[in-house]
Amino acid sequence: MLYSNNDKPPLRQRRIGIAAGAGGGFGVRNLAGRVVGGVIRLDAVSLMQGRRLAVERVTAVFGPGLSSVAGPNGAGKTTLLRAMAGLHPLASGRIEGLPPSRDIALLPQSGGLDRHFPITARELVIFGAWSRIGPFGRLGSADATLVDAAMARMGVAGLGDRMIAALSAGQFQRVLFARLILQNAGVILLDEPFTAVDAATEADILDLLAEWGGEGRIVVAVLHDREMILQHFPTTLLMAREAVAFGPSVAVLSEANRRTARLLSERWMGLAA
Amino acid sequence: MSLLNLVTEPFSFGFMRRALAGCLALSVAAPPLGVFLVIRRMSLTADVLQHGILPGIAVGAVFGGLSIVWMGLGGLIAGLAVALLASLLTRATDGREDSQLAGVYLVALAAGVAIAARERGIDLTHLLFGSVLAVDNAALVLMASVSSVAVLGLAVIWRPLIVESVDAAFLQGQGGRGGMWHAAFMALVVLCVVGGFTALGTLMSVGLMMLPAIASRHWSAHLGGQVVASVAVAVVSSVGGLLLSYYADLPAGPAVLLVAGGIWLASVAAGPYESLLARRIA
Repeated sequence: MLYSNNDKPPLRQRRIGIAAGAGGGFGVRNLAGRVVGGVIRLDAVSLMQGRRLAVERVTAVFGPGLSSVAGPNGAGKTTLLRAMAGLHPLASGRIEGLPPSRDIALLPQSGGLDRHFPITARELVIFGAWSRIGPFGRLGSADATLVDAAMARMGVAGLGDRMIAALSAGQFQRVLFARLILQNAGVILLDEPFTAVDAATEADILDLLAEWGGEGRIVVAVLHDREMILQHFPTTLLMAREAVAFGPSVAVLSEANRRTARLLSERWMGLAA
Repeated sequence: MSLLNLVTEPFSFGFMRRALAGCLALSVAAPPLGVFLVIRRMSLTADVLQHGILPGIAVGAVFGGLSIVWMGLGGLIAGLAVALLASLLTRATDGREDSQLAGVYLVALAAGVAIAARERGIDLTHLLFGSVLAVDNAALVLMASVSSVAVLGLAVIWRPLIVESVDAAFLQGQGGRGGMWHAAFMALVVLCVVGGFTALGTLMSVGLMMLPAIASRHWSAHLGGQVVASVAVAVVSSVGGLLLSYYADLPAGPAVLLVAGGIWLASVAAGPYESLLARRIA
């Protein structure tokens, strides 16, 4: 939702807003200082993965709410997401409308983290305060309250002292989403957020995503489950290195489009072999 | 009282006191770095470093004589170069770096031994394995300075280093420069390895960093606890090792490491975390 100047946002957002006020030039500022309502435009974006062309001339627009990126394995979905997070250089094309990096949150595939590092779940959640406390700042009591609230929201309040290595896959994903809550970003990029996650966790995460979408945040998730996309993600980019289709999920995920994506992927898999 | 005398009497000698002071200084600084190396599965890189600094120290000795400053400077430059080379090889070979790193340290060791052997007056055994007698005041100042810088340096990079170790992409996404913190960390490691060579020798100084760190995993599940445990193990090893060195007439480096190794084995067998005993009970 967009707040007018007379609305009082919830305390949680007001507190964050004081410290996290994002730069202008992107959509409308709400009272929380977070920028909402903008769109991210991908204009003929091409990306290299080593010497291989991983993404070829993809054009798409991601607005507020939930969008998904779908496609066969090796289709360049993760690379595209990383590019949107500013972590992968563009070979050609443009991405417009990205906010400052601290207002973009990327949830990597769970394999991208060192799950055996000896820190607690709560400490991992506190990472989310990085944009406010940085390498040397103190975690104030206001931030500490936010950490507790985020963990409670994800149902892991009781796991704060647990080592991250001792968490189940579902618990670990809940902790990572608590970290995302703390980051309070306007653009949230999720790479396969439901892989190896139990049904209850999946439902809780979907609930949170719906809330974020309603608040006008841009949520883009790489997903495989067609049913889930159709139910919860109105907009989809189907890609197989190039964009196969972009638009309303029902139209994009048609039988014909999915066959095209599969054929494309088989073709360049064959070329690679 | 005779047992107490056995402990205190060796340290009535000035050279033993200086060696102890130096080793204790390193015990506070080096093991916490080792904890990070172990967690990040970079133990092999530490091996490479201990061999890598030898040619630098030898070249330093050729240029400046047996001065601790020249040898230390040479070791520091060589160590940084080897650390850089190791990280480049790690990236270039895409996970199959172990054989490449083995290549680096074999060549470095050979070069160091060759240079040192050509130059008369350099006692190779002393360079490789250390000598408590070598810890003069200059060496002591070097060890104390290096340790101070390392402790303060680790305190400064502590948080970013943890974030970078757990989730490098996250730090990058937040605009934090992950590579910078990692480079600073490696520089501290090199500094500590060089700082330890006078007393412990180039081959052994990494040991005071790594063995307590490896043992510490069996004393705490948490990073902070492991750091404290590693320092405690190093302190005990330093005192015990120097006593062993005195009574058994052994070089200091191997003696300290043998004690640390004993503690490590005991920790693996019966420490409270992930030890054989803990697994048997669980």
